[in-house]
Amino acid sequence: MANVLLASVIDGLLIGFVYGIAAMGLTLIFGVMDVVNLAHGPIIALGMFGVYLLFSLLGINPFIALILVAILGLLFGLLMYMVAVHRVIEAPPLSSLLSTFSVNMMIIGIGTSLFTTSSYNVEYSLGTVNVGSITVTGTRLSASLIAVLVTALLYWFLYRTRPGKYIRAVANNRTSAELMGIPSTRVLALSFGIGTMLAAIAGALIATIFPINILAGGSYELKSFVIVVMGGLGNPLGALIGGLILGLIEGVVPVFIKTTWVPVLEFLLFIIILLVRPQGILGTKE
Amino acid sequence: MSRKVLLIVGLLVIVALALTACATTSGGSSGGEKTVTIGFTASQTGKYNVSSGRQSNGLQMWMDDINAAGGIKLSDGTVLKFAAKSYDDESNKDRVQELYTRLATEDKADFLISPYSSGLTAAASVIAEQYGKVMITTGAASDATYQQGYTLVYQAYTPASRYLTSSVDLLASLDASAKKVAFVYENSKFSTSVVEAAKAYAENKGYEVVLFEGYDPDTKDFNPFINKIQAAGPDAILGGGHFQDGSTFARQLSEKNINVKFISLLVAPPEPTFAELGDAAVGVAGPSQWEPSAKYSADAAKAAGMDWLGLSSTEFAQKYQEKFNEEPSYHAAGGYAAGLLLQNAIQKADSIETSKVKAALDATNLMTFFGALKFDTSADRHGLQVGHSMIVVQWQRDSSGNLVKQVVWPSSGATADPLYPIR
Repeated sequence: MANVLLASVIDGLLIGFVYGIAAMGLTLIFGVMDVVNLAHGPIIALGMFGVYLLFSLLGINPFIALILVAILGLLFGLLMYMVAVHRVIEAPPLSSLLSTFSVNMMIIGIGTSLFTTSSYNVEYSLGTVNVGSITVTGTRLSASLIAVLVTALLYWFLYRTRPGKYIRAVANNRTSAELMGIPSTRVLALSFGIGTMLAAIAGALIATIFPINILAGGSYELKSFVIVVMGGLGNPLGALIGGLILGLIEGVVPVFIKTTWVPVLEFLLFIIILLVRPQGILGTKE
Repeated sequence: MSRKVLLIVGLLVIVALALTACATTSGGSSGGEKTVTIGFTASQTGKYNVSSGRQSNGLQMWMDDINAAGGIKLSDGTVLKFAAKSYDDESNKDRVQELYTRLATEDKADFLISPYSSGLTAAASVIAEQYGKVMITTGAASDATYQQGYTLVYQAYTPASRYLTSSVDLLASLDASAKKVAFVYENSKFSTSVVEAAKAYAENKGYEVVLFEGYDPDTKDFNPFINKIQAAGPDAILGGGHFQDGSTFARQLSEKNINVKFISLLVAPPEPTFAELGDAAVGVAGPSQWEPSAKYSADAAKAAGMDWLGLSSTEFAQKYQEKFNEEPSYHAAGGYAAGLLLQNAIQKADSIETSKVKAALDATNLMTFFGALKFDTSADRHGLQVGHSMIVVQWQRDSSGNLVKQVVWPSSGATADPLYPIR
C-alpha cells in the first residue's frame, strides 16, 4: 500500500508540473490584460503536433524540437495578439472571448482537416528510472524537470529583466505604466506571446508522454481553468501550485476509489474554492 | 365519406397487386434459372465505413464465387443465382430502419444480411422480424439482439459474452498456478459486457479477480491503473476496449515494466497497426473473430462431426488480396461467412422458402474457413452464435526479430506456441 501511494504521488507530482506550465500561460495573459484565451487548448495541441512533426519527419529529438516549438509558439502568440486580440482589448470581455474562440475554431478546423482526429504517438523513449520498487518513465521525469526549468526562467524574466518588469508594471496598473513611458502595446503583445509559448511548451512536453490528437488540448485547457482559479487568477506561481495539487489528486485519488471519480472531485474542489476562497490559494489582484 | 371509401379501395388494390407480384416472383417456376435477391446496407459513409466496406467486400466475393460456380441447383432442377441489392446506411440507425423496410418491401429481397456493428444490426433485426425475412447478422457481437424473442435472425460472430473466455481457457492451459487476474477495461457497452461475462467465467473456473475497474474511453494516462495493478500483483491482465485506448494501455504497461505473465486485450491486438508499438507489443495477446492463418479444414470438420463448406483460409486470403488489393480483416471473412451460412441452409432446405430455410438454419452444424457455426435454438436466445469461438492471437518476435502476429489458441489451429510468461 505504501508503495502504491508513493508511486502515485510521484506520478501525480511529475505530471502536475506540466499542468502547471499550461495553466501559467493562461493565467499570465489574464493577469496582464484580463483576456481569457479560449484558444489555449488548440495552442497546446499545436505544440503537441509541432514536436510530433519535427520528430517524425525530420528526426529531431523531441526535447530539442521543444525549443523550436517554443519560439514558434511565441511568434504565433504575437501574431494572434495583433490580428485577433489587440482591437478588442478595450471592448467588453465578451468580445475577446468570442475573438479567441474564433481562433480556437479555426485551429481545430484546419488541424482536423490536416491530421483528422486520429491519435498519433511520438515514438521516443528515455527508458525508465528505478528507485526501489518505484518505476518512473524517463520522458515523464524529463518533462517535469523541463517544466521546473521553464518556471524558473519565467520568474527570472519577470523579475530580473527590463521587459519582464514592464509586463509586471502593465499588469499592475496599465495607465500608470503608460505614463511612465512603457510601450504598453508591445508589452501586451509580448505577454500574450509568452502565454501562448507556455501553452505550446506544455503541449510539446505532453506529446512526449501521452498519445496526441488535435482535440487533446481541450482537456488540458479545462484543467488549466481549474488550476488558474485554484492558484489565483493572474498568479503564475499559484498556477504551478494549482497544477501540482491537480496532479496529486489525479495520482492519489484512484488509489482509494474508482478513477472515474477523479473529475468529480476536481470540479467539486473547483466550486468549493470559488465559493470559499474566490481569490485562489495564493490570492491575487482584485 | 366517399373519399375515404375510395382511399380504402385504392389501398386494397395496391395490396392485392403487391401480393400477386410476390407470388409471381417466389412461387411458380420449376426448372430454369432464378435470381435470389440478397438485401443489405453497407456504411459507405460515416464512422463505420472502413469495417463495413470490408464486410460487404467479403459478402460480394461469396456471391461472385457461388455464381461463378454455377449457383445452387435445387432438386427440382431450378438453378439459383444470387444478386445483391444494397444501399448506403451512412452509419445511421434511422437510415437502416428505412432502408431495410425498403429492401423487404419494394425490393422484395429474399434474404437479408445485417449492416456492420451491433447498434445498426439491432435496428435492422426489428425490420427483418417484422417482415418475416431471414437475416444473417455479421459484424455484430452484442448478445442483446438475440434476447428479444426474434425467430429469423442468426448471428455469425462469436457474441460479446464469449469474447474473452477463450483467453481464460488459454491461460488455464498454460499455467495451473496462475490464479490472480486483473480486469481493466473501457467503460463502454461492448467492453463492459465482455468483461462482466469473462469475470463470471474466470471466477467459475477458480480464478481470483484482484482488480476490476473501468476507464473512460478517452483515457491517456493509465499510470493510476498501472500502479493499482502493481499493488494487486496479478498473474494476468485482461480487458481493454478499442484500438486507441488498448494500444496506449499496452504501451504504458511496457514502459512501466509491469511484471505479469499474460496480457489479453480486446480489439487492438488483432489490428496489424498494433505492431507500431514495437517492443511494447511483444507478448500481448487478444481475441479475434478470424485470422488469415486460421487452420479450419474439411478434415477437422469431419473429425468434429460437422459439415464443411467453401474454401480454406489461405484460399480466401489469397483471393481477397487479388480482388481488393489488401489483406482481409475478420470483417471481410465475416461477410463471406454470412453468405456461406445462407448457402448451406438453402442447400439443406432445397428451397428458398423462409420456413424451410429457417428450419435448416436452426439445424446448422457447419464448419467453414471462418470456424465452427451453430445457433442457439432456445426460445429466449434464438439465433445466438454458439458454435464459433474466438481465436487468440499474440504478437511475437520471429527468428529474424520481426514482430509477427501468431495464432496461439485454439491449439488445433495454432501457428506458434504461446509466449509465456511474457515478462
